[in-house]
Amino acid sequence: MVILALLVSIVAGAISGPARKASHARIAGDEETELLKDSARSVAAFKEVYKVLMHPRCMNCHPAGDVPLQNDDSHLHAMLPRRGNGGHGVYAMKCANCHQPTNTPGLRTPPGNPKWALPPADMKMVFQNKNPRELALQIMDYKSNGHKNKAQLIEHARDTLVKWGWDPGEGRSLPPLNYQEFVAAWDTWINTGGYAPAR
Amino acid sequence: MITLNINKKNYNVDVDQDTPLLWVLRDTLGLVGTKYGCGVAQCGACTIHLNGEAVRSCVTKVSRAAGQKVVTIEGLAEKGDHPLQKAWLELDVSQCGYCQAGQVMSAAVLLKENKAPTDADIDAAMAGNICRCGTYLRIRDAIHRAADIQRKGTEKT
Repeated sequence: MVILALLVSIVAGAISGPARKASHARIAGDEETELLKDSARSVAAFKEVYKVLMHPRCMNCHPAGDVPLQNDDSHLHAMLPRRGNGGHGVYAMKCANCHQPTNTPGLRTPPGNPKWALPPADMKMVFQNKNPRELALQIMDYKSNGHKNKAQLIEHARDTLVKWGWDPGEGRSLPPLNYQEFVAAWDTWINTGGYAPAR
Repeated sequence: MITLNINKKNYNVDVDQDTPLLWVLRDTLGLVGTKYGCGVAQCGACTIHLNGEAVRSCVTKVSRAAGQKVVTIEGLAEKGDHPLQKAWLELDVSQCGYCQAGQVMSAAVLLKENKAPTDADIDAAMAGNICRCGTYLRIRDAIHRAADIQRKGTEKT
């Protein structure tokens, strides 16, 4: 009977993976700053972060495929530009051929930033179609987050391309949180343990 | 005053630094081979090379080109005998011709980076250049032909 119960437990674990509750993926640098871990507060903060990451201003350049997305309906980018190995496009279709260091004035003109690109082919950092748990675990995993440790993750929210989401040029909607709210939620999520929601 | 290097020549132009490079090329310098199509980087007619990349000059501020190397269709080959130009004539690619300078400039970047492009490579590279006459199939054939010409030219030397 004990053996049977043990087997059921193992099989259930194999199917459902880690316990279906808030879970914490340790991240490089974490051990140096043992802050108060608070899974409830962390998960609550990530739910706010998730709303921003799944907004078209963020998600459109984190597509599941190799073509960036466009506009608030996240359709495939006109002309079907490709990711390319480095995330900067291919041949005569490189991002910076049209996307300037700054937004181009006017409606339906190319938005711009000095770092305009998709994630590279060997580290796609897909947001599209990810549920909150999947996205949180991906971001906290050094092997799939662009090799960012904790300090680099915190810094990433201050990156110029991330900030562009709140200065996207004419005619583009803004993420549901303002930038300060996003940074506060991002920092809280990571500093309280970087927990992933149960689903 | 902004100093530009275009087709290996230096020019000093007295224009606002936010002026689109296309305006400077055509209106200030008289290099009218590069065409205005849409003005919003949607059609590719204005494609030039900026440090070897196929940049859309209609949305590129002239300040971005200051001190950089710009090549237009007039400077692609000194004698107008770039393999693409030879192939274009051989296959009689152009119909109205309006988009063709941009097409050739984009194709030149492709051939520089890929000496033997497949149809898929060509389609991926040329997807940003629109032709209202629909000469796409001849363009694709001409790029293959230009790759042959380029390869044979390299073999001879």
